[in-house]
Amino acid sequence: MADNSENKVTPASRQYPDPARKLKNDVATTGHSWDGIEEYDNPMPRWWVWIFIITIIWSVGYWIAYPAWPGIKSATAGLLGYSSRANVAAEINEFEARNEGFFVQLVDTDLEDIRDNDELHRFAVNAGAAVFRAQCSQCHGSGGAGVQAAGYPNLLDDDWLWGGTLDDIVTTVTWGIRNEDFADARWSEMPAFGRDGLLDDAEIDQVVNHVLSLSGADHDAQLAAAGAELYEINCASCHGDGGEGDYFLGAPALNNQVWLYGGSFDAIRETVYYSRFGVMPGFENRLREAEIRAVAAYVHQLGGGQ
Amino acid sequence: MGLLDHHKKIETHATLLLVLSFLVVTIGGIVQIVPLFYLDNTIEKVEGMRPYAPLEIAGREIYLREGCYTCHSQMIRPMRDEVERYGHYSLAAESMYDHPFQWGSKRTGPDLARLGGRYSDDWHVQHMINPRDVVPESIMPSYAYMLNRTLDRSDAEHVRDIMAVYRTLGHPYTEEMLDNAVGDFFAQADDFGDPGVVDRYPGAQQRNFDGQNQVTEMDAIIAYMQMLGTLVDFDTFVPVANR
Repeated sequence: MADNSENKVTPASRQYPDPARKLKNDVATTGHSWDGIEEYDNPMPRWWVWIFIITIIWSVGYWIAYPAWPGIKSATAGLLGYSSRANVAAEINEFEARNEGFFVQLVDTDLEDIRDNDELHRFAVNAGAAVFRAQCSQCHGSGGAGVQAAGYPNLLDDDWLWGGTLDDIVTTVTWGIRNEDFADARWSEMPAFGRDGLLDDAEIDQVVNHVLSLSGADHDAQLAAAGAELYEINCASCHGDGGEGDYFLGAPALNNQVWLYGGSFDAIRETVYYSRFGVMPGFENRLREAEIRAVAAYVHQLGGGQ
Repeated sequence: MGLLDHHKKIETHATLLLVLSFLVVTIGGIVQIVPLFYLDNTIEKVEGMRPYAPLEIAGREIYLREGCYTCHSQMIRPMRDEVERYGHYSLAAESMYDHPFQWGSKRTGPDLARLGGRYSDDWHVQHMINPRDVVPESIMPSYAYMLNRTLDRSDAEHVRDIMAVYRTLGHPYTEEMLDNAVGDFFAQADDFGDPGVVDRYPGAQQRNFDGQNQVTEMDAIIAYMQMLGTLVDFDTFVPVANR
């Protein structure tokens, strides 16, 4: 059996540190004592007390300088006249004023001549990139690569639907494509050959195979040959005899590997059967003319500008 | 040090400490909160604000249910970078019919306060089915199932009940609006629906949002998203600078 005789409070003389020896300067205790344990009543550190006092004094200055105390009808405005709304307006105005010279120059300069002015072109590309990230990237991708096979065109390549000159791009951005908001929006509509009964299922298969042959993709040569005449009658007037497309009608080129809605047999068949109707909003009301020209300059230099 | 010595009486008396602490916190609270209810420069009347239309309420309920607010805020702060990206900074009055407001304090996705009209309905449908289809770097989950969840008459009646509750909170819903709530609910998602819904809720957008015949949760959430931040016309509204 363990000896319980040791299970008692150790005498003060054997405790470490020895409670009988007071710490420096003999700080007073609170007078409490629990089982011989006493509590020192040390004052709070000086530095802490001073910071506390200084913050109180600081707050008085803050009340005077900034909007603070509520009154009957309004709060005290503060001597510095701080206002978050006025501040943001002032900051925006400051940058607008700094850019205004460039913006005016952008509108005054002929589109094709912007490239010849290094400083202006650099400004246009950077300002255009900012506009692009805020307004265009959601559909065309943050890098301008579009969304493949989902109907959002890639702006990095040189395959254009409505033309890739600066002038074309400005027109597209300004009025948009197939939207109801602007009478000047670019507009064309491919017939839904299947849904509207213009071609029967067998004929559509033939046309699709012919389209596949135009782009050099795998296809059924017999069906493609049979589809040649159907293509000639139904498609060539917009997409061209050899599938070269037509910027004026927004008719995509079919003789390459670039597919807006996918280049598989099924995807092309769906396009022919139901047609497609890609819409882009116009930015006439949302961007100023200089910003539209800037974003056009940005898109133009991404790689495919004509 | 006579005065500070008295502090010891408070510190060593639990009940007194509790009562006096409560008093101090009460005064602080009153000074901070009460003036917001009567000061002119905290109550800004803004033209164009109206209570939500029934289908928009359904969309808002879905927004809350899915916890969209955990990643998306609805408050554009008065800072240059935010104003340039999202549009005019938000006004307090623009949240006047939000219970609870959706300001948020964290953005994983972008702010949505002025989402309305920025994208087409088709884009929204595509984005909700799979966000990566249109924004490759997105980490937002898919909400494709909303296309399959049809809203029926009982859902519309539930929205009408919500409107009745909102009315007790001071939203200016009229008897006419409540009587027509169920009809308006379905009419707003119909290209050829009763145009009365736009009369009752000026600025409401009325069309088949998701392109399906039946009214689904997708219609409701898109109707809600397409009206966010569109009610105040900033061509005519000039904010007073010192507010």
